Amino acid sequence: MKYEAVIGLEVHIQLLTETKIFCGCSTRFGDAPNTNVCPVCLGMPGVLPVLNKKVVDFAIKLALATNCSIAPVSQFARKNYFYPDLPKNYQISQYEKPIAEHGWLEIDTQNGPKKIGIRRIHMEEDAGKLIHDESKPVSYVDFNRTGVPLLEIVSEPDIRTPEEAAQYLKTLRDIVVYLEICDGNMEEGSFRCDANISLRPMGSTELGVKTELKNMNSFKNVQKALEFEIRRQSALLDRGEKVVQETRLWDAARGVTVGMRTKEEEQDYRYFPDPDLVPVVVDKEWIDEVKNTVPELPRDKKLRFMDQYGLPEYDAEILVSDRHLADYFEETIVRFNRPKTVSNWILTELLRELNQRECSITQCPVSPERLAELLQLIDDETISAKIGKSVFEEMFSTGKSARTIVEEKGLKQVTDTDLLEKVVSEVLEQHPKEVEKYLGGAEKVIGFFVGQVMRKTQGKANPKLVNELLRKKLEEKRSK
Amino acid sequence: MVEQWTISEIRSKLLKGAISAKELIQELLSYIENHNSYINAYLTITAESALKEAEEFDNNRKLLEEKPLGGVPIAIKDCLCTRFIRTTCASKILENFVPPYDATCVEKLRKAGAIIVGKTNMDEFAMGSTTEHSAFGPTRNPWDTDRVPGGSSGGSAAAVASGMAPCALGTDTGGSIRLPSFYCGVLGLKPTYGRVSRYGLIAFASSLDQAGPIARTVEDLAILAEVISGYDPKDTTSVKKEVPRFSEILGTPVKGIRIGIPKEYFQHSIDPEIERAVEESIKVFRTLGVDFVEVSLPHTDYGVAAYYIIAPAEASSNLARYDGVKYGFRSPTEKPDLMEMYLNTRAKGFGAEVKRRIMLGTYALSAGYYDAYYIKASKVRRLIQQDFLKAFEKCDALITPVAPLQPFKIGEKLEDPLALYLVDVFTLPASLAGIPGMSVPCGLSSRGLPVGFQLLGKYFDEEILFRLAYAYHREIAYSPQIAILS
Repeated sequence: MKYEAVIGLEVHIQLLTETKIFCGCSTRFGDAPNTNVCPVCLGMPGVLPVLNKKVVDFAIKLALATNCSIAPVSQFARKNYFYPDLPKNYQISQYEKPIAEHGWLEIDTQNGPKKIGIRRIHMEEDAGKLIHDESKPVSYVDFNRTGVPLLEIVSEPDIRTPEEAAQYLKTLRDIVVYLEICDGNMEEGSFRCDANISLRPMGSTELGVKTELKNMNSFKNVQKALEFEIRRQSALLDRGEKVVQETRLWDAARGVTVGMRTKEEEQDYRYFPDPDLVPVVVDKEWIDEVKNTVPELPRDKKLRFMDQYGLPEYDAEILVSDRHLADYFEETIVRFNRPKTVSNWILTELLRELNQRECSITQCPVSPERLAELLQLIDDETISAKIGKSVFEEMFSTGKSARTIVEEKGLKQVTDTDLLEKVVSEVLEQHPKEVEKYLGGAEKVIGFFVGQVMRKTQGKANPKLVNELLRKKLEEKRSK
Repeated sequence: MVEQWTISEIRSKLLKGAISAKELIQELLSYIENHNSYINAYLTITAESALKEAEEFDNNRKLLEEKPLGGVPIAIKDCLCTRFIRTTCASKILENFVPPYDATCVEKLRKAGAIIVGKTNMDEFAMGSTTEHSAFGPTRNPWDTDRVPGGSSGGSAAAVASGMAPCALGTDTGGSIRLPSFYCGVLGLKPTYGRVSRYGLIAFASSLDQAGPIARTVEDLAILAEVISGYDPKDTTSVKKEVPRFSEILGTPVKGIRIGIPKEYFQHSIDPEIERAVEESIKVFRTLGVDFVEVSLPHTDYGVAAYYIIAPAEASSNLARYDGVKYGFRSPTEKPDLMEMYLNTRAKGFGAEVKRRIMLGTYALSAGYYDAYYIKASKVRRLIQQDFLKAFEKCDALITPVAPLQPFKIGEKLEDPLALYLVDVFTLPASLAGIPGMSVPCGLSSRGLPVGFQLLGKYFDEEILFRLAYAYHREIAYSPQIAILS
């Protein structure tokens, strides 16, 4: 039988706040174990959480970017379960009253744009980390990550294929990176994804039994795990067997999902409103304040770049992949309004130099003003495009402006007609055979002469002018 | 001698140089040494640090003069964190726990110059009404050592009543300051929820817990309340409200104040001596020009049921952190097994009453029962709040008994938890509503046991409770007695 997959994704993002969600400890990653801790995040007796306002700012930001409605009053709740990496043995999260609900975001699919619903976004604290000693039956716990703020973004089950799932994740990641609320690093776990998937006969509107997939640490793995699960569930259904509602772990090495626990084994988290934290009240003023900090989102920007600057999708996509790269592009355009030329330079020369030096666009030693100046020099034929490229490399390594480099190195194109006329005459005199050929009708030889003139001028001669002069002189010879 | 002194007497003697701070503390410590062994009010006596702090005051008179409580000894209930002083919650699970931080209210007392002389006994994790549920033995009522001192702040109340401290801090979740104050014949205030920071108060039920003072005179109670109250950025449930100078408004006339008598509180079977004490005090208030009006708090009878859902529910979560992983007691295990460690630690570390309440609360929050228990109880709680708001449209304060029974014998009700829960019937509603309440002693009953009454006020109107209690004590020429210890 033909089945349709119904997929919903739960994404956890670690927020880029300086301090933890309920105390003043640093969120820095990679410090010595248990150094970024205090009585509050260690859950010591009698301590109380105090909400970091920045976390709410970030949640509002994401809610606005994903078209959610923001709850005027939301509430923290306790999710109770025992685990040694959870010092209070409950996680402070949101349950009945999340900060944001009922949103959507648009993704690009093979069949055009598609809206994926966002069911809810809520704030919560991260847990610590267990480190197991392989040689002894001893485990250690590092509480540095305890209390690092997270947002959980739960999609509606609107996703139908593994490709759409990957596309949704990519779109969401681009957004959170653009908003500068998360670094989007899936391998390091600052952007994590769980998936719910069920199958139903094509055309049916009822939902099948779902499984929850965990432990997928890249977009590709999410896609593969879903593909595997579709095959696994289809085979079960084809045989007339039932899908068991359970949580399954993705085993990337073997390329399979493995059952972890069934619904009956699920914990009862005994959620209830956290009496230590007053409800979070977000008024219009607060939302407006945050609204001003929400940048144009990647997909909107891409469409605008294509529309406004006439860029091909390929160019636009790369330019908007990094908010600062897109800004760089637009800042250059302001001073040199040839979008495609600028895009070409950024996509080839600039990105190559950045990659070679392993630096990001924000660390780029060549400012948009300076790039524009260089392009202007090429455009007004002060230098040739070829020399322009070497000037650009020089700008990168020395930090000097294009104009300075051109002047210091005497790279200015020679446009002095008298001088060039002299050189042209010399070249023609030195190569009588080639002159004969030309006059005999082999006009292609002109390229040879141009090359000679360029050699004599160290490439600085204006090629257009050289061409003109050569033709003029040669025609003169012909008419003699 | 020193055991008799009030805060203002201590202050004036210290400032006059009639006694040095060190002498005062030494005398008090030897008094404690003589009497604590059979009262068991203190779990920890901080002789060394107390003497050191006293010496600092003796060496620096300016400090003594500047600090409003400079040199005043105080006892702290053992569920309030004290920096570098063992804080046990009267539980085996925290037997050796030494917090590296002070509770905010303790910090405020220290800043005001108070000297902590010890940590007082209590029902384990403040769960109980008798101070029998302590892992370190019961506290005895100084007026009759066969009887309970009330709880859970029984150690604090007994210490103050017996002269082992001029004043103390307790905590009140459902009556834990008011009941022992009543049973020990001292004054106790449960402030409005949010008046005093809960930071460093080891949580029993977060939405109900509130620290408050216990003392032998209204003045002393007012001075302490002033010091410990106020907004704390470390506790977002504390409220940004100015703290009135309670000690300066005590003499304000009470004529024209209207006190409500909630009829539901008198429909229970109440010990006749307790009922008579309330009636007598009403007469005294009438002579002071106070008006009385009957009011109704129709949901009073549901208070006990709602409380014994909400408080254990919160407790089941609050006490989850005591698991042997990070601090406190950890039980050895046969195998290196996490689950076994959890189970053994909590089975051996907690007492029976604490385990009973964790079970109750876990059940009330479980899937399928949450709506029927926790949500329903929360609704009842709102109805009880509304009862009070409605009653306060007709009056400025309420007068009620503190408990239906006089202090009973130690062990008498230990086998009947439900009967014990009912002792709290008159204190629980105010806790559920979050309004302030005060236990005011009247004197001794025919059996030589303390009697008194409870005053309840509007949100953040502790002021009226202080004024009424002060006027009443002045009118009856109340003079606090130290329980005579045999």
